[in-house]
Amino acid sequence: MSTAVAAPAADQLRRTWYAFSRNTGSVVGLAVVVIVVLATALAPWITPFPRHARAFTDFEHASLAPARPHLFGTDTIGRDILTRVVFGFRFSLLLGVVVLSAAVPTGVMLGLVAGYYRGWPETVIMRVTDIFLSIPPLALALAILAVLEPNLQNAMLAVSVMWWPWYTRLVYGLVSSLRNEAYVQAAQIVGASPVHILLREILPNCLPAVLTKMTLDMAFVILIGSSLSFLGLGVQPPDPDLGTMVADGAKYMPDLWWISVFPGLGILVIVLGFNLLGDGLRDVFGVEV
Amino acid sequence: MAREALLDIRDLSVSFTGYRGVSRVLNGVNLTVGRGEKVGLVGETGCGKSLTVRAVLGLLRKPRARVRGEIWFAGRNLVGLSAGELQLIRGREITVVFQDPMAALNPVFTVGEQLRDVIARSPRHQASERETWARAVAILKEVALPDPERILHAYPVQLSGGMRQRVLIAMALVNEPALVIADELGTALDVTIQEQILQVMRSLVDAKGISVLLITHNLGVVRETTDRVYVMYAGSIAETAPTADLFRAPKHPYTQGLLASVPKLTGEGVPRGIDGMIPDYLSPPPGCRFAPRCPFVQPRCQQPPPWVEVGPDHALACVLYDGAPTGLRS
Amino acid sequence: MRYSTYLLQRMLLSVVVLLGLSALIFLIARVIPGDPARIALGPLASRTQIASLRTAMHLDEPLYRQYAYYLGGLLNGDFGESLYTRRPASADLRELFPSTLELVVYAGLLMVVVGIPLGILAASYRDTWVDTTVRLISLGGVVTPAFVWAIVLMLIFAYALGVLPVAGRLSPGVVPPPVVTGMITIDALWGGAPSTYFDFLRHLILPAVSLSLAGVAQAARLTRASMVDIAGRPFIEAARAFGISEARIALKYMLKPSLIPTVTILGLDFAALLGNAFLVESVFNWPGMARYGVEVILHKDLNAIVAVVMVMGLFFVVINFLIDILVGYLDPRIRLRQMEDAA
Repeated sequence: MSTAVAAPAADQLRRTWYAFSRNTGSVVGLAVVVIVVLATALAPWITPFPRHARAFTDFEHASLAPARPHLFGTDTIGRDILTRVVFGFRFSLLLGVVVLSAAVPTGVMLGLVAGYYRGWPETVIMRVTDIFLSIPPLALALAILAVLEPNLQNAMLAVSVMWWPWYTRLVYGLVSSLRNEAYVQAAQIVGASPVHILLREILPNCLPAVLTKMTLDMAFVILIGSSLSFLGLGVQPPDPDLGTMVADGAKYMPDLWWISVFPGLGILVIVLGFNLLGDGLRDVFGVEV
Repeated sequence: MAREALLDIRDLSVSFTGYRGVSRVLNGVNLTVGRGEKVGLVGETGCGKSLTVRAVLGLLRKPRARVRGEIWFAGRNLVGLSAGELQLIRGREITVVFQDPMAALNPVFTVGEQLRDVIARSPRHQASERETWARAVAILKEVALPDPERILHAYPVQLSGGMRQRVLIAMALVNEPALVIADELGTALDVTIQEQILQVMRSLVDAKGISVLLITHNLGVVRETTDRVYVMYAGSIAETAPTADLFRAPKHPYTQGLLASVPKLTGEGVPRGIDGMIPDYLSPPPGCRFAPRCPFVQPRCQQPPPWVEVGPDHALACVLYDGAPTGLRS
Repeated sequence: MRYSTYLLQRMLLSVVVLLGLSALIFLIARVIPGDPARIALGPLASRTQIASLRTAMHLDEPLYRQYAYYLGGLLNGDFGESLYTRRPASADLRELFPSTLELVVYAGLLMVVVGIPLGILAASYRDTWVDTTVRLISLGGVVTPAFVWAIVLMLIFAYALGVLPVAGRLSPGVVPPPVVTGMITIDALWGGAPSTYFDFLRHLILPAVSLSLAGVAQAARLTRASMVDIAGRPFIEAARAFGISEARIALKYMLKPSLIPTVTILGLDFAALLGNAFLVESVFNWPGMARYGVEVILHKDLNAIVAVVMVMGLFFVVINFLIDILVGYLDPRIRLRQMEDAA
């Protein structure tokens, strides 16, 4: 009996994987994300100079061009760039995960409520959302960082504050159309509670779009976070952040180009990975985000 | 057919290659439309009617769809023609009235703008702006649209479904083609509006001597509009007959089932319907594709059904009539 | 006629957005712990100094009164004095913003004149090598931050090849045109100094390209995606069935409807260029708002921060309004819906 139930789900999964794997880009994206996540998890063991991840000086080996054993070269105080790039991924991932886990539930909840209840909750939530959406993203983050100390926590806070409205709008749009679906009206007729309808009938149907957007947004959040760090408003030295490292190296252009270029490529790789993966999910789920 | 055939589709097959393999959707379709004749093509949703239209117009995307067989139109085989040659035929010699009047007009251009581009396709009207405009006004009058000037300046969203359908008919007829293919004409509209649309269409094609291929799942429309009917099932022609004969004495079990499925307004009897569904095109049943649903199925149905002539212009693909006396069922 | 109703409505919305933004910034600036007077004067200030500044800044009055003062100031273009430069913040911005705006406008132009045609090309040659190439280019644009582009392009064109200047707006020997608008394009050409303008263009190329690449990529992707979406609509098949030529279908019947979503989103991207200009300016030493913005943030210079953010917000709102006008023009349904509402 159980196999009869499991078979369609397994078939569904196989089909989804087939559709996903036919797109080279999606597979590359998935591979990049998996590799980056593994590399950051294992960073202390797989990087050549794990001690270089934080404050460390070795002036004898300072400003070395890329060559063995420093494949990406060293910075002006002798730290291995490759090591710092891999550790830098940790901050990028941390930023992405924290920002999305703060912004997404907030945005989704507000979107559910605004989309389901007509009248004043809809008006209030969506007007506020509109105002947040019409503020240029970086401006809002700058304003918040202006009054708080520039550091990683506050950068995460600032980016979260500017990110939730996108989910409110996405879910609001989905709910507005799902609300009229027959199965939702059927649930209403049999007297299901609004909480049940929102969480059990509507929310599951929003998940593919939300998950896809989250994957794509990992890329954008990391991009914004690295921009803030680049401006000196995010992660502070000596923590290795890719944006901070690019900014640091920009002072020594063009002679010590590797100090900026490799962390820059690092940003590119991680953003590329999430972007391709998100695109792949969007195609497979057939959702608009 | 005594009349000369304008459109002669011979053994047309279309297959697609997809995720789970090759699906042969059209499977050896034969169909003719004579000059000035009105022919119906009836079948359930998904039986391949619209695909036939696209094949005739050369609108199937080549790498995905494989087209075999012949489509003779006015002495040329359309299957072999280049994209450019087909484009010259479309909109001039063969036109289409599309299924969904809400979707077939471009929402961001006025009716006049779209009609003008169609008129510009006509070999007869290498006309000035003013002549083109006059032609547009004239054709809208012919399809009985009030205030043509206003409609030409309107966007599709400002028109009712019935008005849009008339505009689409105007676009299909303005260049006086030899053949109009009407895809589910009017079935998206209210019954009363549909009736008006059909009348407009009928009177115009009769007046201009245009041949019509009417594609529909609506038997009522076929009955009152066409001279001859093809019944299509799962990518093949099941039966063809003059319209009156088909409705009086349907022979193919599928046709009989189809006719019995229609509720009668007189209230006699209850519609019966046909059990089952159209087969999966990836692995259709061998032989007759209707066999799994057929109440008269027999071992011979495992073979491709023979094509049997049972009367003037009346033929069908079924073993029940092969050599055996007609009226086996009665 | 009713198109104007639509525009009026959008304009009112813009005003609401600006009010909302001002309130938000006000709240951020005033409600967050920390005494602005203390922050402004530094830890060494005496108690009386702080008290008198608090009075001058209306900090002792209720919050809504403070907001009213603040809003009144904003309406007069008075953002107060920058505690960092000791000048009115509005004067600082009047000097710095034109140069940023100029960079942004050029980048925006690139975005449209390069990005949209690339998208059309990719959609017209879908699933061929043209499409693949455009997709790869736009992928590169989307995933690479502007400051990384800036550094890479600078390394290649300014240092390795030496064909373009490294930084700044004009070469050292070139006399800047008299400041009228603060934008060299206008000031130089108006003042009859085309050679100054060409020198400026040479300096402009790298920053403008680095700034625009993400937008070019986004424009190409959006245009392609929405053209592909439109290509599957029944009205396109209908146009094809009427024998309309492929070129006409692509450039007329597909392009106009597919520009509607593209333009809407590109508007947001265009406005976002102002934020990214911060990054590019700091790499190329472009004398714009960016360094000022970062400095005032690091110095907790609230008045100047409010000024910078409000200018960005104003720019954003103006761009969005222009987009509304354009979309209303492209999409008759928007105009007509307004008519129905009004009727």
